[in-house]
Amino acid sequence: MTRLFPYPILSAALFAAWLALARTLEPAHLALAAALATGIPLVARRLFEPPHAIRSPAAAVRLTVVVLYDVIVANLIVARLVLGPMDRLRPAFVTVPLDATHPYAVSLLAAIITTTPGTVSVDVRLAERAILVHALDCADPAGLAAAIKSRYERPLMEIFG
Amino acid sequence: MIVEAAVSFFLVVGSFFLLVGAVGLARLPDFLMRLHAPTKASTLGIGGLLLASLVWFATHGLPGVKELLVTLFMFLTAPVSANLLGKAALHLRLKSRAPLPPPAPGADPDA
Amino acid sequence: MIATALAVSFVFVAIALAITFWRLLRGPDAPDRILALDTLYINAAAIAVLAGIALDTPLYFEAALAIALMGFVGTVALAKFLLRGDVVD
Repeated sequence: MTRLFPYPILSAALFAAWLALARTLEPAHLALAAALATGIPLVARRLFEPPHAIRSPAAAVRLTVVVLYDVIVANLIVARLVLGPMDRLRPAFVTVPLDATHPYAVSLLAAIITTTPGTVSVDVRLAERAILVHALDCADPAGLAAAIKSRYERPLMEIFG
Repeated sequence: MIVEAAVSFFLVVGSFFLLVGAVGLARLPDFLMRLHAPTKASTLGIGGLLLASLVWFATHGLPGVKELLVTLFMFLTAPVSANLLGKAALHLRLKSRAPLPPPAPGADPDA
Repeated sequence: MIATALAVSFVFVAIALAITFWRLLRGPDAPDRILALDTLYINAAAIAVLAGIALDTPLYFEAALAIALMGFVGTVALAKFLLRGDVVD
């Protein structure tokens, strides 16, 4: 079973995505979806990190809610910054040191930093174990790094163990 | 009635954020700051429009979750392209209002 | 109500397209133009979604999906080219 489906969640997502895109439950499409869900992960597995279990689904749900909330609230803040006066913005580069080591956790953290407004992760420096972040308006770089670590990195480490 | 209100709300909010993304792209003073506007505001904006489309077609005889798939796709891909563009800007040492950090020792642009 | 909301949305997105196109022409650097192109893709997909609702046909949605996919691949390829001077390595 694991040899046929090395990435069960990816396979399930591909299966569901195909049926949703075709907007149908016809047997032919079910078969095609099953074939794609089996074939794509097998063909593409050389590109991926080895599969890794989610240790704490509860933490994953909590983090999803936190990120969705932050995306909406912080987008309003960025909208105000963008429409307001430009010379008041204080852009800064912030280096966020990493405690998380798993590649999944690090790349997810980089993606979350970019999706939550005010910050874009510019460079993931695995050798230095740090993410270089560009902030649009930041008066307190150390505080921003600490906030990112406690709000996003800690739950990610819980999830990936 | 509630459906109409929801569709209208998502339409206006979504297109407003698309506009904010474009205004940011035009107004912000340097490239790395400009990178902030479209990667987030525009992604949220198209997400709003897709939600409007989802509700509209769900109540007009075409239920489905296609729109959610596209929204998810947008949210997955926006950080990737933003990260690559940011790396390219650092690599080219573009002008930036925030002082540029030193390049990583032995930096491999693929890392 | 939806007709008004649609009209407002079309105007907003059209302005967004115009501003983004201005950035595409003006630059000043290659990453700026790539970013503007990426934003143009997103806004074009938005216009397609709006047209789908306005004309009450799901056909435009497929177009929006294709535009979104092509936009991402194009942006990644162009950014890679700036980083390495080569698209595939």
